[in-house]
Amino acid sequence: MKILVAISKTPDTTSKITFKENNTQPDESSTQWIINPYDEWYSLVRAIEIKEKDPATIVHILTVGNAGSDPILRKALALGGDEAIRINSEAKDAFTIANEIANVAQAGAYDIIFTGKESIDFNGGSVGAILAELLQLPYLPLATKLELEGNNATITREIEGGEEKDAVATPFVIGCTKGMAEQRIPNMRGIMGARSKPLKVVEPTATESFTTIESFELPAAKDGVKLFEAGQEADLIKILHEVEKVL
Amino acid sequence: MSVLAIIDHGQGQIKKSTGELLAYSAALANALGTEVSALILGTVEDNLSDLGKYGVSSIFQDINAGFNTADNQALTAAIAQFVTEKNIDTIVFPDGTLSNSVAPRLSAKLKAGFVSNAIGLPKLENGFSVKKAVYSGKAFAWYKINTAVKVISISSNSFEVKTSDATANVEAVSLNLEASKVTIQSVDIVKGEIPLSEASIVVSGGRGLKGPENWKIVEDLAHSLHAGLACSRPVSDSGWRPHHEHVGQTGKQIAPNLYIAAGISGAIQHLGGVNRSKVIVVINNDPEAPFFKAADYGIVGDVFEILPRLTAAVNNLN
Ligand SMILES: Cc1cc2nc3c(=O)[nH]c(=O)nc-3n(C[C@H](O)[C@H](O)[C@H](O)COP(=O)(O)OP(=O)(O)OC[C@H]3O[C@@H](n4cnc5c(N)ncnc54)[C@H](O)[C@@H]3O)c2cc1C
Repeated sequence: MKILVAISKTPDTTSKITFKENNTQPDESSTQWIINPYDEWYSLVRAIEIKEKDPATIVHILTVGNAGSDPILRKALALGGDEAIRINSEAKDAFTIANEIANVAQAGAYDIIFTGKESIDFNGGSVGAILAELLQLPYLPLATKLELEGNNATITREIEGGEEKDAVATPFVIGCTKGMAEQRIPNMRGIMGARSKPLKVVEPTATESFTTIESFELPAAKDGVKLFEAGQEADLIKILHEVEKVL
Repeated sequence: MSVLAIIDHGQGQIKKSTGELLAYSAALANALGTEVSALILGTVEDNLSDLGKYGVSSIFQDINAGFNTADNQALTAAIAQFVTEKNIDTIVFPDGTLSNSVAPRLSAKLKAGFVSNAIGLPKLENGFSVKKAVYSGKAFAWYKINTAVKVISISSNSFEVKTSDATANVEAVSLNLEASKVTIQSVDIVKGEIPLSEASIVVSGGRGLKGPENWKIVEDLAHSLHAGLACSRPVSDSGWRPHHEHVGQTGKQIAPNLYIAAGISGAIQHLGGVNRSKVIVVINNDPEAPFFKAADYGIVGDVFEILPRLTAAVNNLN
């Protein structure tokens, strides 16, 4: 089995988000970067579990980004990937990213391409689906479980109001969410081993982006909480009904 | 040039967000000075012509088409063909699993820019710019779509719906749906529950509830309010509640009109999934709980006393 895991670099969850250049650029001067949690905890770990069960499996990890993305690729290798690929391009929009990944994926003839449900920076949730369309492959979004038997997979997915079990044969693209695997921490052996694993840099193709971010805005500050005492529940319900009109 | 809304449905019923989808699409078409129509694949119990009240006068229906997000490749190809034939250039999807699968696929097929979870109508002065939440709700971004054909999905509860007494004309169409490469083995819908994506009120419990055996007081309040149920991550991690109820940065992101959080501390990762709720009510016995900073209303006190009294107050209102 040959697996590709697409990962992205996102600001650490607790990072304060601020903007510069007249609110047109994120100010990343003090941002701590992590692997997007959906990519790391769910898809990457699941890919590594497959390799642990069947050592003939090859796991490649890919990201689109500049040299600043190398640390997340090294961490992914420390968790157990075999080889990392960085497409040397600033990530623009979902289409350009998916297009770059598609070029590498096509050449690599992968059986499974893992993506996360969405990235926690732009929350687009669309790279996996676009990639699947460009490769003309099935796409299984919101996947919480993946069982493999040879080239046949059974995938459990969240759907609105419940879940669904699907059968699909490789190759396919899967978008993983919570439930797929458990978070792991790389061990010393993994970290040492990652240093000697290959990290390939591939030049991008020129693709035009279909969308551009014009500006950012921060949410309006809240007025502050209005507190009620225990015993005043009926007053609160009255305000929610009459003033806020949400009941 | 025209606008097309894609109607989502499941288990024989159109989704509640359809009203918002159609009203938004009609207002968008009006702003663009063009026509609007809607497309529904499959059959539903609802009377489709009634949907005219949201401002869409023509609905295309393919009663033979299957409709499942697992078939997203086949659905995309069929919708793309329809859109091209009808000369449609703006396609609007509702929030939900379609906007995760078919909408982005369609954008790739049509070489169209896609923005998910748009909030409100686009700005049109200078092209087509859509606002959406980014950084897990910590900020908003204006995305400009640079292509002639545009695909967007709209965030639930972000557009005000007005109705009239108009009806829609329903026209049968037949789309060319190729066989899916995915076989659906089983579908398991939790009966009697309001899916979080559809709920305009959500009642949520955290570790402060102490254990799954205490959830009845959360459920009672949700039941009285016709609300969806949610929980914090440790609650679903410990198996007190099912995973699909977990909200937050690594769970579901929701934006109901009212979010009631009981016994939840309000960690930043939890807020990331709920901070776009219109009104936030927090019940916590710790006055220093961070959630109070993000809340509109709060009660400092014991959830075990307060939740039953809130339920009683709601029942008195009804
Ligand atoms: C990368 C990352 C992603 C994460 N993603 C998510 C996510 O998506 N969603 C999420 O929820 N969390 C997420 N977390 C976890 C998050 O940081 C918090 O640990 C979690 O939200 C805490 O849940 P809680 O508020 O239920 O529990 P606690 O933090 O234990 O808080 C319980 C609260 O209940 C109150 N309480 C106790 N007893 C009572 C009582 N009798 N009456 C009233 N109040 C009472 C306490 O004062 C306390 O404030 C994530 C963490 C990380 C690191």
